[in-house]
Amino acid sequence: MQDLTHRKASSSGAPPDTYAHPQDKFWRAFLFNNRAALGSLAVFLVMILIFVIANPAVFTSWTVYSSVLTTLPVAIFLVVPLVFIVTVGEIDLSFPATMGVAAWAFALVVKAGYDPSIGFIAALVVGAVLGGFVGSLVVYGNLSSLIATLGMNFVLRGIILIFTEGKSIALVSLNDNWFFKIFSSDFYGLPLQIVWAVLFVIFCAFLYSRHRFGVHVHMVGDNPDSAGQMGINVKAVRVKAFVFMGIGAAIAGVFSTMINFTWWPTSGDGYLLPVLASVFVGGTPTWGGIGTVAGGAIGALTVSFIQTGIVGAGLSGFYVQFFNGLIIILSLLGHRWNQVRYR
Amino acid sequence: MAEKIIELRDIKKSYGSVYALGGVNLSVEKGEVVGLLGDNGAGKSTLIKILAGAVRPTSGEILVHGRAVTGWNAARSREAGIETVFQDRALAVQQSIVRNIFMGNEIANRFGFLDVEKEIAEAHRLMREIGFTSKVFSPKSIVGQLSGGERQGVAIARAIYKQADLIILDEPTTALSLTETNKVFHFVRQVKASGRSIVFIGHNIHHVYDIADRFVVIDRGKVAMEADRKDVKSADELVRFMEHIAHPERGTPDHSAPASKGAA
Repeated sequence: MQDLTHRKASSSGAPPDTYAHPQDKFWRAFLFNNRAALGSLAVFLVMILIFVIANPAVFTSWTVYSSVLTTLPVAIFLVVPLVFIVTVGEIDLSFPATMGVAAWAFALVVKAGYDPSIGFIAALVVGAVLGGFVGSLVVYGNLSSLIATLGMNFVLRGIILIFTEGKSIALVSLNDNWFFKIFSSDFYGLPLQIVWAVLFVIFCAFLYSRHRFGVHVHMVGDNPDSAGQMGINVKAVRVKAFVFMGIGAAIAGVFSTMINFTWWPTSGDGYLLPVLASVFVGGTPTWGGIGTVAGGAIGALTVSFIQTGIVGAGLSGFYVQFFNGLIIILSLLGHRWNQVRYR
Repeated sequence: MAEKIIELRDIKKSYGSVYALGGVNLSVEKGEVVGLLGDNGAGKSTLIKILAGAVRPTSGEILVHGRAVTGWNAARSREAGIETVFQDRALAVQQSIVRNIFMGNEIANRFGFLDVEKEIAEAHRLMREIGFTSKVFSPKSIVGQLSGGERQGVAIARAIYKQADLIILDEPTTALSLTETNKVFHFVRQVKASGRSIVFIGHNIHHVYDIADRFVVIDRGKVAMEADRKDVKSADELVRFMEHIAHPERGTPDHSAPASKGAA
């Protein structure tokens, strides 16, 4: 508004053939478009810096990073699809149980003597079907996703416990398998899980902002009335986001099972709150329409590092929860200053 | 005589026993701006919905390019090149201009991945076509950063991308400042210059008078007046006519006109 005369001059005369705009300059555009993710990265780097200063011996050796990089991918496979769910204007609290059920399918197939790759496909199908079911319940049942998915989390976990009576499934045969070697072993000390997780993040970042599905997720989360008017099937996009969440949960479940060589009936339970926190620590706002996949992955990195970091820095385990909360609150305050909600 | 893009003949629409439209004739020619005026409840919005195919008339005939169309609906309306721009709820304000222009019509390869370069080039072209260019924003700018008039420009650019021959602007200048209204007028003139037609619906008679080639006043479900711009001497004449149809007991416009002149 302050530049009105300027605008008028350019719009009333012959429009220029080319005009340079600040957002057309690569680096400024990059900084502006990724400010949420870069903010999250800054939080992470500051945190690591504090850890390094607190205990240089531990945090300059590879061991501590290697252990985080083994478990972090499981969280990333959950956080990234959850960014899609939050962007479309919904929430999903049922992914821990979906992860448990999908991993259960994987464990049963492998236990029955089939190749783990078939078990992986079975887990993906189970995850997608469960995600589709939860999504349909929310969208076509017109239920609040917060409450409906909370309920579904209990229902699915209940089903696991009823059928297994709390018994776990050991999968020792995994160790020699090609599938395990590709997805879950390490390459000169680098855990391979993180390679797949990074590829997943890159693929999903393109899916999020450069694919029809991703941009429809943005539109539906931003203005469902308008999206519907322009011919986007709003309900289908919402259900698809839940299907995607189910697939992510299935991948997470399989990776988690392969790390432990065991499927536990509680598989996935511990991920609910850290993964939710990671999405928002990563810079995706709660109101839908916008978000950041890269930020979500960095958020997961930050949240996974807190526990390891606190203990590694020489503080007792009793400090973990306090610092967990502190970092979440500080990140949200940072993003609050960063995010503008346009209306 | 110019080609008629769409012609409505004796359109009636009743909801139960209530007539929203009682036999309306309306035609829009190529490259003209029709100003549609009328009080709240006069039947304007029913008429727009019929043009957009969202509402089916109870009776009457619809001709597209001179040919009668049966089974008129939203898809037929779109095929006929009619796009409606509603005042609000039209844009996703947290997204960029280019994303809004291609909302639901993304340029993508067969795997669904977008050709963003092509979209931005196309957005530049569309924005130039309606004179919607600035050093302050680019196709990548977020719509929420734009002013009200500029947001109308995004919606109009989107309608043009969808190959619209006739764009229906539903109250595009309501709640806009004078500067912003002028921006919308600028877009409308550019659209007209490109040979497309516009139906401009407005509450503010002065706004409609400034932009329209022809005025259609709807009252109680009927066309109360239809006049070419050259036959209407001033906006005041329109205002007096509108006052007359709203309050017929105060006398005819012919009687009230000299009276108001005397008072001034």
